[in-house]
Amino acid sequence: MTDWPARGVSADEIILSDRLPAERVSLVDLLDRLLAGGVVLSGDIILSIADIDLVCISLRTVLASADTLEDA
Amino acid sequence: MSDTGTYLYAVARDEVAACPPGVADADVRTIVRGGLVAYVSSVPMERFGEEPLRRSLEDMDWLAGTARAHHRVVDAVAAATATAPVRLVTVYDGDEQVSDLLERRAGDFAEVLAQVTGRREWGVKAFVDPASEERPDERSGRDGCEQAGKPGKPGTAYLQRRRANLRGREQNRRQALARAEHIHAALATVAVASRRHRPQDPRLSGRADWMLLNGAYLVDEGRVAEFAGLAEELGGGGIEVTVTGPWAPYSFTVMETR
Repeated sequence: MTDWPARGVSADEIILSDRLPAERVSLVDLLDRLLAGGVVLSGDIILSIADIDLVCISLRTVLASADTLEDA
Repeated sequence: MSDTGTYLYAVARDEVAACPPGVADADVRTIVRGGLVAYVSSVPMERFGEEPLRRSLEDMDWLAGTARAHHRVVDAVAAATATAPVRLVTVYDGDEQVSDLLERRAGDFAEVLAQVTGRREWGVKAFVDPASEERPDERSGRDGCEQAGKPGKPGTAYLQRRRANLRGREQNRRQALARAEHIHAALATVAVASRRHRPQDPRLSGRADWMLLNGAYLVDEGRVAEFAGLAEELGGGGIEVTVTGPWAPYSFTVMETR
């Protein structure tokens, strides 16, 4: 495994640099937010990830894949 | 059901000048209604229908690619204007349904957008270095050994050492957790809102050290330097604090499902 996912930036770096490019955002940090955050909608929706217990599925998937994941 | 669905990324008040491609490399377009702008793209239902999706979600490469594409769009919009990100993989029958949504939930979106205007989400993680955590254990282990110090009773010495180790470890654990509570509480005083995500599994974080805190904080743009400075101060003494962001306000756009 490479150093995936990258560690966060330090407070110094934040003030100096602007923002992390989307490509450099750690996948795990991203999934924390995408799977537990954002507006959850229902109604006319064909499908929402909330319908399929995504958090369970993805965590299982992510854990299972963590060893084989080289880069993200 | 038609062959394509409308994938919804985010809702904002303004249209942004340029938007990167979305999931499945599709162009992102906007649907405007009642002062709200929905960012959407068309997706093939053969990939985004319920059954294919169920399978796709087990595919890490697919999940990673989709998450990153979703994020690219949300991030581009959020960098330019107050944005309510929508949960990953929210697919409608067509644009008309999204337009209806904007009208029906206008009040809720307005509320969410007001809450995040002029604010960004920052992530703060705290780790305790296992080496510094072990040191006190080893010390108490040696002490136990010297006290018991009679050769010929290695078993007793071992048990004492082991008990001291366990006690020390439990104590370290409690101290580290208390420290995490303190860090979170201190950061929350500078933030408008705060939320704790589940600490990441070491296999995912890629770090052997123990994640004590995986927090998200909604911070006024004017207080970012203060927030970052505080986060830095709160580290040290075997605890490493890292900050990520700014994020689109993913963790602070909870709307009641209706």
